[in-house]
Amino acid sequence: MNWMAWTLPTAIFFSTIGSIIVMMTVWEIKSPCIERKGFLPISTTRGDRLFIGLLSSAFLHLFTLGFTSVNIWLALIASVIWLLSLMRWG
Amino acid sequence: MNKVQNNKAWWLVLPVFLLVAFSAVIPLMTVVNYSVQDIFDQNNAYFVGLEWYQEVLSDPRLQDSLARQFMYSGTVLLIEVPLGICVALMMPTRGWTASLSLIVLALPLLIPWNVVGTIWQIFARSDIGLLGYVINNLGIDYNYTSNSVDAWATVLLMDVWHWTSLIALLCYSGLRAIPDAYYQAARIDRASSWAIFRFIQLPKLQGVLIIGVLLRFMDSFMIYTEPFVLTGGGPGNSTTFLSQTLTKMAIGQFDIGPAAAFSIIYFLIVLLVSWLFFTTITHLDKDKVKEQSHD
Repeated sequence: MNWMAWTLPTAIFFSTIGSIIVMMTVWEIKSPCIERKGFLPISTTRGDRLFIGLLSSAFLHLFTLGFTSVNIWLALIASVIWLLSLMRWG
Repeated sequence: MNKVQNNKAWWLVLPVFLLVAFSAVIPLMTVVNYSVQDIFDQNNAYFVGLEWYQEVLSDPRLQDSLARQFMYSGTVLLIEVPLGICVALMMPTRGWTASLSLIVLALPLLIPWNVVGTIWQIFARSDIGLLGYVINNLGIDYNYTSNSVDAWATVLLMDVWHWTSLIALLCYSGLRAIPDAYYQAARIDRASSWAIFRFIQLPKLQGVLIIGVLLRFMDSFMIYTEPFVLTGGGPGNSTTFLSQTLTKMAIGQFDIGPAAAFSIIYFLIVLLVSWLFFTTITHLDKDKVKEQSHD
């Protein structure tokens, strides 16, 4: 594992993403989702909304880092709220 | 309509998943790990948090090459797509001339990228190259090694020469797939050739055009070899595009941390654009299916 140069924060980051994917898989097997349309302009499945949420969160973090002096933890909190509301109403 | 889903089928995807994990996911995770550390050698790496991302995002060199990259991809699409459609519309449809034009169009696509760069590097030189010689003799001062406008024009021209064929061939196949009945109906209505293009051919080409635009965007956004061989990124930095800046950073200066951070940002941009295209394509198909089911 040494060659992959793990650090604690990246390990936490990837385990979070990994466990989200595992949980989504279990959820999908237990109750398969139906594509629907929320406030997003396109109809999406659960997985689509997760992908959109994660990608937009990544860009939100980059924007906060590069163009503002706002604390990065605020971006994280905002991303979590955004991701949750996207999953619920997106 | 509800299809019966058998989730056991997912086990069949497992080999592919393992292969992709081995060849893409694990290396990508390693890049993420590198991007938060300052790496001196294999045993000396220090965690620096998001510092590299901050540095990379505010680095004018990278911002410039990102802007150049978008300008390059945008210009390439603006020239190649309309030109490709025009070429496809003018190509003969039957007989030996049709086969001949298909072969001629396919030729540039078969040439390796570094050879294309070399061809144009010689072709555009003002002393021994035919193109450079002719332009200079027309009274236009042209030298792609010292003038950045000339360098840009040459790199763009090279890309247009190399890749317009792809769009033209895609559109040609799209045009051949339009049933004759559409043209007959248009003739009955005495539609002008512009109206035929606007209301029959262009809508029918939508699918292939989206694929063409996606392919051309991806390729031009990640372009490395051709400008590298042709201009070496010069004069100055005027034709240094993203991948070249990245390579210089990672291999030339061995700044693995910032290069990794930059790769992640590059990856996210490519991912975003590809997703946008992909969603557009799939939703166009879905809309079509809906329309047909309403009929």
